[in-house]
Amino acid sequence: MTIQFNDETFRDDYSFYNSDWAIKRFPFPFHEDSYMYAVNMEQHRGGPEGSVYEKRFDVDEHYVSEMRDRAMVLADDPLRCQSLPHMTLAGWDLLELIMVSKSEDYPDLFELHRDGNQWRWVNKPLGIDDTFTFLDETTLPYGPMEYITRQTQGDFCVLDQRDDMLWMDAGMVTTQADWSLDFDIGMNFFEWHAPVPLAHEKGIFKRALKFLLNIQQGAPARRLNWTMTVNPLLDTSPENYHIWGIQKTTLTPENIGSKQHLRVELQTFFRLPRSNALVFPIRCYLCSFQDLMTMPKWGRRLHRVVRDLPVELATYKGFIDNRPMMLDYLSQFDDGLPTSPGVWPDQETEPPLQK
Amino acid sequence: MSKFQFPESIKSRPVYGTLEPRPGKAHLFVADAEGAEAILDLAAASPDLMAGAHIIYIPKGTDFTEKLRDLNPAQFYEGPTYAASVQRLRHVLENAHQGLQVYLTGTEGLMGQAQNEAMQAGIPHTAIQTEHRGSVARRMQCVHCKGITEDVITDPFVCAHCGLNLFVRDHYSRRLAAYQGVCIDAEDPGNVPEPVELYK
Repeated sequence: MTIQFNDETFRDDYSFYNSDWAIKRFPFPFHEDSYMYAVNMEQHRGGPEGSVYEKRFDVDEHYVSEMRDRAMVLADDPLRCQSLPHMTLAGWDLLELIMVSKSEDYPDLFELHRDGNQWRWVNKPLGIDDTFTFLDETTLPYGPMEYITRQTQGDFCVLDQRDDMLWMDAGMVTTQADWSLDFDIGMNFFEWHAPVPLAHEKGIFKRALKFLLNIQQGAPARRLNWTMTVNPLLDTSPENYHIWGIQKTTLTPENIGSKQHLRVELQTFFRLPRSNALVFPIRCYLCSFQDLMTMPKWGRRLHRVVRDLPVELATYKGFIDNRPMMLDYLSQFDDGLPTSPGVWPDQETEPPLQK
Repeated sequence: MSKFQFPESIKSRPVYGTLEPRPGKAHLFVADAEGAEAILDLAAASPDLMAGAHIIYIPKGTDFTEKLRDLNPAQFYEGPTYAASVQRLRHVLENAHQGLQVYLTGTEGLMGQAQNEAMQAGIPHTAIQTEHRGSVARRMQCVHCKGITEDVITDPFVCAHCGLNLFVRDHYSRRLAAYQGVCIDAEDPGNVPEPVELYK
């Protein structure tokens, strides 16, 4: 299909919106009526047609506007994109992976023409047509990782692998759930996850690390993570928290349906061929509560998940103060009927709201 | 007296040990204030070490300099501040040969910054010994303005640069040699708890 790109903002007037198509394919993260941390990995080898899992790097209606927002973030704070000196080769690996994937998966939007190391990259949505020499940094306007991730939705962590450990040694991070690449760069897997509650004690990170260290070329994996964001603000950075934090207090019973967003991260993991680094794209999808409620199953389930979430998690995810108001709103959409297993909306089979 | 048992914390928080003599061709000590006592303890246990020792010491108002000199290290430098000592530290690291042992002791800020210099010179952080002594003050980075506030002893505290009220996180960056300070009243401006001394 040809994607109609939205002209929208993720700041100031927040004109971001999801079309019916985008709501229907939203990666709702709860496969049952409760939530607890899990490694929850699966192979990233496609998914149902039209779903966000289908392509290696999903492109949707927000693409052009998200890239515009990223450029603004980087102009304000170039430290959101950093690469330690030994990570340049991994940057080239990533550039190749994305260019090959996108040109194969979206031939109407992206083209890659290769003649030895002479490459021509055409990005039609962003109006880019560049010719460069692969592995020669002087032929690109930015380093390879920055160049390609200015053209790809989602944050990117490029992890070096050594001493049976992963190291956060490069990244492009402008749509983060409140963590700082500038602070965390150079940390190992356990260190950058240190602030996460409960999961260390449950052994989650040890198991996840074991899994990730063994990811092979051509066998990418994926998982979902989630949090809550007031307003469709992509750049919920700690750097700017003193500016955006106050927005959490602007929720009212009247505006919560449109202002409160479920923020879902589609995390994928690819082994890179030359550097043996691991790239960890973190793609952010936002959906307002009122749009989620158009799917009766999601309405029932979201209420139950938010209601029963342990206090530590609601605190860590930053919505403990707003939880009572969320529950007042969400409970209107929970009639107590059972929900079908799995994340899909099951519009055809789930009954409409019985109240 | 100068030892402090840090409470259990998150995994990015540094863990300090007790300096032990290790075989090496040269021994570089960087210390401030009560860190001198850790060097004195080590020298008492292994006096031979001092013949190959280079001590860079920042007294910070303490009175250990003569005792350290009396150990007869091969080289000794008393610096007025850490910043004043950095050029010498870099020089030593740049000209170091294989077999150098690095010992850092004193406050967290001193150890963190010196460790960072050693890492940049190519020494893995796991090969560097550290022992905390003296003040439990922390070196804090404001995540908002990126300014460093030295010797923070209360939580919350005021950023010395941008003036925001920051709470002290245990999250620690080796590269910045600092803990992270995050605005405490972003969601309720002006609602700042009374500062409490760290670990009290």
